[in-house]
Amino acid sequence: MTVTLKINGKSQTVNAAEGTPLLWVLRDHLGMTGTKFGCGVAQCGACTVHVDGVPIRACITPHDSLDGANITTIEGKSGKAADAIRKAWQAIDVPQCGYCQSGQIMSAIALLEETPNPSDEDIDDAMNGNICRCATYMKIRSAIKDAAGSL
Amino acid sequence: MFLNADGSFRHEILPTQARALANPIVNLSRRKFLGGAGTMVIGMSLLSACAPADTFPEIEADATPSPLTEVKGGDATPSLFITIEPNGDVKLICHRSEMGQQTWTSMTQILADEMEADWDKIEIVQAVGDAKYGDQNTDGSTSVRNNFHRLRVTGAAMRHMLENAAAQLWKVDVSECKAELGVVYHTESRKKAHFGKLAEFAGKLPIPSEDMLTLKKREDWRYIGKASPSLTVPKIIHGQGTFGMDVRLPDMLYAVVAHPPQTQGKVKSFNAAQTMAVPGVKSTYQLPDATTPVGFNPLGGVAIIATDTWAAIQGRKALEIEWEAGPNAGYSSQIFAQAMQETARQPGEIKRKRGDVDAALANAEKTIVAEYYAAHLSQSPMEPPTATARWTDGKVECWTCTQNPQAARTTVAQVCGVDPSDVTINVTWLGGGFGRKSKPDYVAEAALIAREAGKPVKLVWTREDDLQHGYFHAVSAQRLEASLDADGKPSAWLHRTVFPTISSTFAPGADMPSAGELGLGASDMPFAIPNIQLEAGRAKGHIRIGWLRSVCNVYQAFAVQSFAAELAHAAGRDQKDYLLELLGPARHFDPNTEGAEYSNYGSPLEEYPIDTARLAKVTKTAAKMANWGRTLPESHGIGIATHRSFLSYVSTVIEVKVDADGALTIIGIWSAIDAGTVVNTGHTISQVEGGTLYGLSNALYGEITAENGIVQQANFPDWRVMRMSEAPRHFEVQIIESDAPPGGVGEPPTPPAAPALANAIFDATGVRLRSLPFISANSNTLPV
Repeated sequence: MTVTLKINGKSQTVNAAEGTPLLWVLRDHLGMTGTKFGCGVAQCGACTVHVDGVPIRACITPHDSLDGANITTIEGKSGKAADAIRKAWQAIDVPQCGYCQSGQIMSAIALLEETPNPSDEDIDDAMNGNICRCATYMKIRSAIKDAAGSL
Repeated sequence: MFLNADGSFRHEILPTQARALANPIVNLSRRKFLGGAGTMVIGMSLLSACAPADTFPEIEADATPSPLTEVKGGDATPSLFITIEPNGDVKLICHRSEMGQQTWTSMTQILADEMEADWDKIEIVQAVGDAKYGDQNTDGSTSVRNNFHRLRVTGAAMRHMLENAAAQLWKVDVSECKAELGVVYHTESRKKAHFGKLAEFAGKLPIPSEDMLTLKKREDWRYIGKASPSLTVPKIIHGQGTFGMDVRLPDMLYAVVAHPPQTQGKVKSFNAAQTMAVPGVKSTYQLPDATTPVGFNPLGGVAIIATDTWAAIQGRKALEIEWEAGPNAGYSSQIFAQAMQETARQPGEIKRKRGDVDAALANAEKTIVAEYYAAHLSQSPMEPPTATARWTDGKVECWTCTQNPQAARTTVAQVCGVDPSDVTINVTWLGGGFGRKSKPDYVAEAALIAREAGKPVKLVWTREDDLQHGYFHAVSAQRLEASLDADGKPSAWLHRTVFPTISSTFAPGADMPSAGELGLGASDMPFAIPNIQLEAGRAKGHIRIGWLRSVCNVYQAFAVQSFAAELAHAAGRDQKDYLLELLGPARHFDPNTEGAEYSNYGSPLEEYPIDTARLAKVTKTAAKMANWGRTLPESHGIGIATHRSFLSYVSTVIEVKVDADGALTIIGIWSAIDAGTVVNTGHTISQVEGGTLYGLSNALYGEITAENGIVQQANFPDWRVMRMSEAPRHFEVQIIESDAPPGGVGEPPTPPAAPALANAIFDATGVRLRSLPFISANSNTLPV
């Protein structure tokens, strides 16, 4: 089936089977591999993208349910919070392997866009859906606070 | 998009290094530092810094063999690792796999420091799997410790040749020429020549022997020992960079495999009619059955090949398949645990002996016995195993996230029946490894499937594949017994350890822990006790047993460091003070003098002794950092554990809070690491944090169990890992300054984590937890 999706401000026509999750449309059909596959069951957050500004898990979201929605991926995410998060992430070298970090960054940006000055509990709530096996959690928390402080 | 014009693969370059990359650097001769004569035209245009009179003499390229092929650590011939472009850009080959330990950065720090390269002009090129690089198995925390000297020599030889080229250009003595940040200066006149101008001529000069080189003094290090920023992070924050999962080839198909539920199980029959009806599914293919032993070979099963990953996964769900369970269908974790514990209660094979433990125990006034258990674990990196393969004219090229590209090459060759020279293994970034990606079964699967499909194929392991069909960290049972004298000091220490050996994956019937495995925390146990005995018991492997970050140290250090605290308690002593007494006087200890076949992580004890003074120092440092001995709030507890592994020393203190209902909060962690000479201080701290929390995640939740030979856990909902809210709010790391040779960094922080946590929980609750993990799948709290 043919569906037109609005991704990072650009209309993209894709031809994938009905119900195919957005994750595989992005990665396999559109070659946008910044959004990662980690579990396929919305438990690890590696596939986090924004739909109309809200972080969602692309691995369980059928692409054909997103007609008319604004989809933003790690490749296209910009703005003040995004800049602050990336800057803080780089300044303290948050990532280790980096595989989960697209999702971590997308969750962190969404947090700061909603809550510019998050408490530790806010950070826990916003980031608990994103697993990092390298366990960069200490530095993620620091970077979110640094980014918030710079906004 | 990820292919060069000549078909070779490379990582995209970093934004700050996006310069002059037109020249492929493949097929370099051992003598050349330049991509080809054609590039020189560009180089000649950059001569502005030099007076016109300066010209290189006409010389023939030196043809004598490199005198640097057998430097300690491997071949240090500069052209093996270094290419200098005419414009001065420096390409450094990284022969180790980047999996988050920042080996791209640390290898670059070493090479660039000695050759005096300009950091901003460096591009990393990931090596393919090729024996010419020496050991590429990125495992055992070996990258820095085994390559530090070698890469320093490589860089220094490059610098030497560039300085000599400048000397010949200026017709001055080489002692007057000094390399500095990509430029060679004439010290007196301050005349200068960029590396790019000197490179081709330098390549004609004799390669110096090691005794002709002067390595930089420690105080002159520019990059080594600093927190140089990661070379991968600038791309990661934009979702760029190529992991194994991200490889894309033109006309590529996607595959998943339905693996036999039991190890050594087989496909009896299958019906793909429903599968073929799934939109996007192109074909199915029955893989060869697993071999005995299974080794690195694929597990067998049926591949589903489709136009995207989702279609392949849906096709697998629709597959009707009947399995033959095979020889391991009787494996049940609960029954096996009991059998191992029984084995540990009987005398085993003596693997190390000091004094007379039997006599000391028989005559003791007080003996303490404790039995420990540790479940199977799964490495489960965030990126599951994946590989992409393409066949052309009987040769196969693979792109994959592997820790072990040479083993991938030989495995693919053997499984596909081709010569290793017809197999190319391109190494991508790894989305974590932790030991799983040292085993290249999935690369061989991809090669087999792509050959059958007649098109490039990306094989994807789902999280379920990863958790159910892995190479699992061994389950273990350990029994410790000690006698205490009237002063509470131990007079005897008997350690029995039982676990299925990793060798069971590679040699049929292997059922006795190897000397190498015992050397990971048992035969090297350093306590100053007059009578010590280590015994090992037999256990068979029924699922693939493999190594996981820090390997047997996980359970052996757990038992040893928990038991040390148990003895302290029995003696009515402070854990930390008692541990320091157990470590005893400062000395070097050689387990081989007590019958252990101790391999010391592949390094000589003369260079890397087991040094109890260093163990004591990290212990005291971590305790001081944690302000050990302070009064703790209600329901808080504190624990310490100290362990040497991979030639480094780590002590970790953990403070916990345990509520009445068993809910655990990790309040703070303080770790001291002595890893000898440290190349990157920032990333060492990251590894201590990450390695500790990885150990704690496994200690709290990591259990893998089998029933009827089938692994019971499938995905994150029923196999829990540590998340943000469970990580401590406070984590302090101190690196002990040392000029000792470098030790490992990626693994040593993991072993002390579990026993420090157990000791802290005991301190808080008075309940001693001896079975890993502490929190069962159907619970949210500690059993206290």
